[in-house]
Amino acid sequence: MTSEVENKPVFCTESAKELVKELRASFATGKTKSYEWRLTQLNAMVKMMEEKEPQIVAALHDDLSKPELESSIYEIAMLKNSFRLAVKNMKHWMMPEKAKTSLVTFPSSAEIVSEPLGVVLVISAWNYPFLLSLDPIVGAIAAGNAIVLKPSEIAPATSLLLARLVAEYLDSSCIKVVEGAVPETAALLEQKWDKILYTGNGRVARIVMAAAAKHLTPVVMELGGKCPVIVDSDINLQVATRRIIAGKWGCNNGQACISPDYIITMKDYAQKLIDSFKCELERFYGKDPLESKDLSRIVNSNHFARLSKLLDEDKVSSKIVHGGERDKENLKITPTILLDVPRDSLIMNEEIFGPLLPVFLVDKVEDSFDVINSGTKPLAAYLFTNKKKLKEKFVATVSAGGLVINDTTVHLAEPTLPFGGVGDSGMGAYHGKFSFDAFSHKKAVLYRGFACDAFVRYPPYTRGKLGLLRALFDGSILGIIRALLGWSKA
Amino acid sequence: MLSSMEKSIAELRETFKNGGTKSISWRKSQLKALLQLINQNEDSIFKALDQDLGKSPVESYRDEVGVLKKSVTYTLSCLEKWVAPKKAEVPLLFFPAKAEVMPQPLGVVLIFSSWNFPFTLALDPLIGAISAGNTVLLKPSDLAPACMSFLVETIPKYLDNKAVKVLAGGADIGERLLQLKWDKIFFTGSPRVGRLVMAAAAKHLTPVTLELGGKSPAIVDTLSTTPSKAKVTAKRIVGGKWGPCTGQACIAIDYVLVEEKLASTLIELLKKTIKRFYGENIKSLKNISRIVNKHQFQRLVNLLKDPNVADSIVYGGSVDEEKLVIEPTILLDPPLDSEIMSEEIFGPLLPIITLKNIEESINFINSKSNPLVIYAFTEDDTFKKRILSETSSGTVTFNDSMVQFLCDSLPFGGVGQSGFGRYHGKYSFDTFSHEKSIMHRGFYPEIEPRYPPWTDFKLLFLKLAYQFDYFGLILLLLGFKRS
Repeated sequence: MTSEVENKPVFCTESAKELVKELRASFATGKTKSYEWRLTQLNAMVKMMEEKEPQIVAALHDDLSKPELESSIYEIAMLKNSFRLAVKNMKHWMMPEKAKTSLVTFPSSAEIVSEPLGVVLVISAWNYPFLLSLDPIVGAIAAGNAIVLKPSEIAPATSLLLARLVAEYLDSSCIKVVEGAVPETAALLEQKWDKILYTGNGRVARIVMAAAAKHLTPVVMELGGKCPVIVDSDINLQVATRRIIAGKWGCNNGQACISPDYIITMKDYAQKLIDSFKCELERFYGKDPLESKDLSRIVNSNHFARLSKLLDEDKVSSKIVHGGERDKENLKITPTILLDVPRDSLIMNEEIFGPLLPVFLVDKVEDSFDVINSGTKPLAAYLFTNKKKLKEKFVATVSAGGLVINDTTVHLAEPTLPFGGVGDSGMGAYHGKFSFDAFSHKKAVLYRGFACDAFVRYPPYTRGKLGLLRALFDGSILGIIRALLGWSKA
Repeated sequence: MLSSMEKSIAELRETFKNGGTKSISWRKSQLKALLQLINQNEDSIFKALDQDLGKSPVESYRDEVGVLKKSVTYTLSCLEKWVAPKKAEVPLLFFPAKAEVMPQPLGVVLIFSSWNFPFTLALDPLIGAISAGNTVLLKPSDLAPACMSFLVETIPKYLDNKAVKVLAGGADIGERLLQLKWDKIFFTGSPRVGRLVMAAAAKHLTPVTLELGGKSPAIVDTLSTTPSKAKVTAKRIVGGKWGPCTGQACIAIDYVLVEEKLASTLIELLKKTIKRFYGENIKSLKNISRIVNKHQFQRLVNLLKDPNVADSIVYGGSVDEEKLVIEPTILLDPPLDSEIMSEEIFGPLLPIITLKNIEESINFINSKSNPLVIYAFTEDDTFKKRILSETSSGTVTFNDSMVQFLCDSLPFGGVGQSGFGRYHGKYSFDTFSHEKSIMHRGFYPEIEPRYPPWTDFKLLFLKLAYQFDYFGLILLLLGFKRS
């Protein structure tokens, strides 16, 4: 089936079906299960990142005007680490885990064996198009699956590059990239997958999960939310400000799922905070941030319009205390801070995903917890304070995917921490070994022998057996002896 | 105007929001109360199970009461350990930093249980939900009405009504519950309803655990070892088929695979064992449950209607519609495309499929969707390894049946069409928890290269930092590396 406009075949339901069939056949050969195959693929990925770094940086610049450092570090270096960690630990991760057994099943031995789920689908997002495509794939490969990757069409240069690089470096009989937009994604979602990992927004996530429900496919959803930052007084304000800036405008200009979305601070402290921001923002991005090369642009005109709408809302437009300049042609908005925004404004209720930072005021810092908990659970929450009790209350009270105290976003780089959301910010987690686990089935295995066949299990069912069963379940040797001697009640 | 159902759920949300279920002491008190409920009402529980399913007290203790007591006791002894945050290693680069993972309750959870083990499948997930600090709405199956009534009446007498509620009713109540927003749904039942539950959950992005079923096979390769092992094999097959609720169990043996030349030996052993356990014929049937209701009875009878299937019956086949009893029935090589070989049987009919070579069982099992459990009676270690690596199932049990259910250290759940998610032991606690990552950082030292404006030096610094190349970093800082 070809379209009239281009000579490219259209990827429809039939094509998706054929694709899955081909991958299932590849998986059935057992190829992806072998340690050698997994190792080869992972090493090829490391090589790919090393050899093609300039092309990757260029594609990211095309799609997002992403500064070279952000591309090199937050996409490429992080990915290389991910692959290297998997290469180093995969053998250990693949080993069965011994499990304890108890008196009830004596004598027996037990273990938990990791096995691949089969053919998995990874749907990634446009803001970190390399990282969010290939990081899940590390786990999927390490766990021994066959994979289809659907990169985001909103980052077309990286989507195209990914398709080329995956075909060049990896085993195309087992790992494929499908480019496209809504129709192609819909065609893929009609098929039966053994797991789907989706990174994106809540609206599409519901569609993905509903499609998965038809085939009883388990899912991991990496979504977003409004990540709050509580700023207390009596802290090193300069360091705090810089870390917030790094996490906000330093991460794809606020277009990141774990970017600080809004700030909560005390009325008395707000001005000090704003002044610190102004000072550090100028230090980082110069007097005219529209000219700075160190900021990504807004990805496209749709998102530009969306962000403009947030700024233009009546109750909010007068609250801008810094920035607010826009360049529609070049899709740029300067780092913008708004002070004392109303709780019911759009900007305080939608995930911003851009360079606007509202500051919401409370009387005392403890009031911030109610503000956060009155919204949906975010992917991350941040607190800057030196007070031990406040840290404890924050950790105990705030429900979010992950928490960071006295910094922002860095937990992403920590592979020993599971990365994922809760409630509206998602379900499931990955990174490090959690990626391997996300794409594995943990099969329980019980080994029994023929000795000591417990006659109490079988009919005829007598009162004596009832008594023995009680004792067996209680795990009491004495009880068992008594029951055997007929001394306990049935 | 809120319905009473919505008011109940609002109360559960309020209780959770106010922190009523967070403390370890609350959780322990609820678990102890549950233990008391079971201990003080054993006779009523036995009575309800007899009424709904014809279960004998020994079967009820072995499969329901005993399992639950063990579960609560184990959870009580481990709870403090499970609730404690777990330290996570942090690389030197982040010094001084502390990282940990802390389990948190999800919130308000919904548990749907099934009719075949109406106590175990309702209260075992409940133990997990309470231990993890959630508020719970339990919806037992109305197909086991005496058990459901017992739960509705008795749970409020022992547990915190503001945090744990039980709702009676049928499919319509279930549907209404699914329209609402939950923080987790735990479902035990059929794949068909599992799809509906997940589709409803998708609207609210509610995570789900689906404990479904499938055709759990038993591979038999131990008949030519010793007579005693062959006898034990037969006992365990019979015990694993008709023992749990007369085959109406997700982990009951659905069908058997055996080599052609050993089929008659197996059938003789099974017949002897069945007679010894359950009686000579349908009139003298004892020590066995009955079929839950007319609908299931008719479904099972229909499986035998196909003349080719009926012809393959080598033992049993008699039914008593009034008493809802079907005697233990063995079939030898029914047609592979018959319903009895494509649908989950969930009843007292046992097809035996013969193969030329027992190794063919692997391909046979792989031609069907992933079962909840594969039972393999074999002493051949190579064969065991092949079964483990070439088939996929929730669990594999070697040389026995059913007992994996009792292992608190083994995750209990399916894969593929047999479900996803798992529970039992700590897995129950985990399934109702969110593992929250926490990172504590200090204000010092500061790593300047984190911040713009970007320079080549900063780029190189960060590259080395991300590789944890501490030596390279030192060289760079001392000016011995060029950017």
